[in-house]
Amino acid sequence: MRIVLENVHKVFNQGRPNAHEAIRGVSLSIEPNRVTCLKGASGSGKSTLLSMIGCLSRPTAGRIHLGERLLSGLPERFLTDIRRHTFGFIFQQFNLISGLSVLENIMLPAYPLAPDHRQLTATASALLDRFGLAHKARNPVQWLSGGEAQRVAICRALINDPRILIADEPTANLDTRLSRDFMEQIRRLRESGRTVLITSHDPVVFDSPVVERVIELCDGQVVGG
Amino acid sequence: MRKSDPLLSLLALLAGLFLWTLAGSTRSPQAAAERLDPVRRLVSELGLSDPALFTEARYTRHLSQADLHSAFQDHPMALEHFPSGSLLAPPRPATHGRGE
Amino acid sequence: MGWLRHQRYLLDFIIASLLRRKGKNLGLLLVYSLIVFMLASVMLFTHALKREMGQVLQASPEIILQRIEAGRHALIPADYLRKIGRLRGVTARKGRLWGYFYDPAVRANYTLMVAPERRLADSEVIIGSAIARTRGIGPGDYLTFRAHDGEAYSFRVRELLASDTELFSADLVLMSERAFRVSQGVAEGWYTDIVLSVSNPLELAKIAEKLTLRLPDTRPILREEILRTYDSIFSWRQGILFVLLLGAILAFVIFAWDKASGLSAEERREIGILKAVGWETGDVLRMKFWEGAILSLMAFLLGYLLAYLHVFHASASLFEPVLKGWAVLYPAFRLTPVIDGLQVATLFFFSVFPYVVATIIPIWQVSVTDPDAVMR
Ligand SMILES: Nc1ncnc2c1ncn2[C@@H]1O[C@H](COP(=O)(O)OP(=O)(O)O)[C@@H](O)[C@H]1O
Ligand SMILES: [Mg+2]
Repeated sequence: MRIVLENVHKVFNQGRPNAHEAIRGVSLSIEPNRVTCLKGASGSGKSTLLSMIGCLSRPTAGRIHLGERLLSGLPERFLTDIRRHTFGFIFQQFNLISGLSVLENIMLPAYPLAPDHRQLTATASALLDRFGLAHKARNPVQWLSGGEAQRVAICRALINDPRILIADEPTANLDTRLSRDFMEQIRRLRESGRTVLITSHDPVVFDSPVVERVIELCDGQVVGG
Repeated sequence: MRKSDPLLSLLALLAGLFLWTLAGSTRSPQAAAERLDPVRRLVSELGLSDPALFTEARYTRHLSQADLHSAFQDHPMALEHFPSGSLLAPPRPATHGRGE
Repeated sequence: MGWLRHQRYLLDFIIASLLRRKGKNLGLLLVYSLIVFMLASVMLFTHALKREMGQVLQASPEIILQRIEAGRHALIPADYLRKIGRLRGVTARKGRLWGYFYDPAVRANYTLMVAPERRLADSEVIIGSAIARTRGIGPGDYLTFRAHDGEAYSFRVRELLASDTELFSADLVLMSERAFRVSQGVAEGWYTDIVLSVSNPLELAKIAEKLTLRLPDTRPILREEILRTYDSIFSWRQGILFVLLLGAILAFVIFAWDKASGLSAEERREIGILKAVGWETGDVLRMKFWEGAILSLMAFLLGYLLAYLHVFHASASLFEPVLKGWAVLYPAFRLTPVIDGLQVATLFFFSVFPYVVATIIPIWQVSVTDPDAVMR
């Protein structure tokens, strides 16, 4: 599914004295089955753009197309539905729910879809197996190391088998070796036919051979790529 | 095993017991009535008018036959059954005692 | 089917999440159950006692005729039995002899009563089980009274009154008429009061009216009045207990409100995560609904069942000190389980509904905000 942005704007606190335009007229086309990286300094609007693409928020102006569908006008219920089925999210702070086990964390995004429990457990276990975490399934997530937590976050992003994977500064909390490992995992996901969208200002990410296209953002505008 | 399994079984068990207690009160009115038969026989034989629940003083023992509307009738420390008795201390008797 | 599966997943999540703060939540459940337990105990106990009283007192005399002298209950002359005259509907009339006896040895009040039908010898008594327990005596033992004239009389205990009648017979001492008159100083020709049997309850009021006209110094006590007395006294006692419990309930409400409604930053973050990974606002609200519902339902069921055990299988022993007051003799009795559905429904509503509302409402605001907060 191709993602197309047409002249997208995002203004925070619109109409108030502290109004701030984080995205100023971005037009983009993101090809399917590619690994695309949004690069830029902190505060350049990467996360804001990503959250609009991932249906977590809505643009103030402009249009976003996901394949045939126009996202910008949909009501929240539909956005949630698209988000569940189409996107998998990996966040900078991993955002796992502490106190719950690794397995439970991975299964969370599937709860609203209510699949058969045995099947879901099997899928989750298979994912854990693939990322070498099978032995940690019952552990609470707060016992995990950074690299392990990152992999659990990837598993959780994959549980609903999404077409598009969105990762916001996924390597910010990892050292160089773990960051390389992460890019390796991204490569494998790319091979399984998924679209991957990463934001980063980490050279390990945007200089990596896995990344096929780099789009540079500066002050809410596209400057290169 | 899922986390909800033990909880749901526990809830089902408790709810079952709950319904059982509700049903229990209508289960055997016959047996319940028979259980009271000896008491009823005694009551009608002796013409009893009050339960032996409050034996502390004359007017609480036979509540239905006590002079009405007079608080602190007898026992200086008796728990009063009129609301005032819960709020006011009983008057101190002139002489302590009466076998206490 | 899908709906059920969905709710079960929400349950899975909420249990996992409640178990994280195991101590706090178990403590809450415990206090909550305790409150329900106390309320339910009062309700079940007073209702069952009222019912039992109502059923048993149906057998008590239709009319008791007391003589009043200077505003106080006084002995009634035997010829009042004749003076009553012919009254339509009165099927039987007899004089009763009874009174009280304070036993300084155990500081207990006994109720002395003449039971002609038991054919007791003048030196024999039949006593209630509570007296036997308190005095530590049984059949064959002797009970000694100091009579009105200072003489000591010893009576042999012929038997005990059946223990399943204790609610009404705990403090009774049955004796022969002669023994009663001699030891209590009640002269021949006097009774304590007179009881009348009436076959048709519709005639009661009429008969009572005639009695007060013919014997102006008497006061008839109707069975209806006795039943009403007990109906209201237990409602009143129940009211008092509820008032006492109100403080505890209020404290709990404040605690529960704080616990249920105070959303920590941690919880806000979690709701953000759940929304970001694809939960709808509705899912979050339903999840919270289950949290409130499960806790309060558990507390209700636990509290109610414990109260049921307490009242019907442990003789409501926690209420004993309240009911007993300063009395020494207290009947051991078991109530027949009878339950008022409406009362239980009321208790259910008031123990479950407010808590569920208190859990859901604060979530509302948080869960309708945009899910992109987790990106920051
Ligand atoms: N909810 C918000 N309210 C106000 N300003 C915001 C909000 N979110 C982001 N911003 C601002 O928008 C700009 C872009 O932020 P962000 O997209 O997070 O940058 P990046 O991810 O590239 O570091 C920043 O200046 C930030 O302060
Ligand atoms: Mg960012």
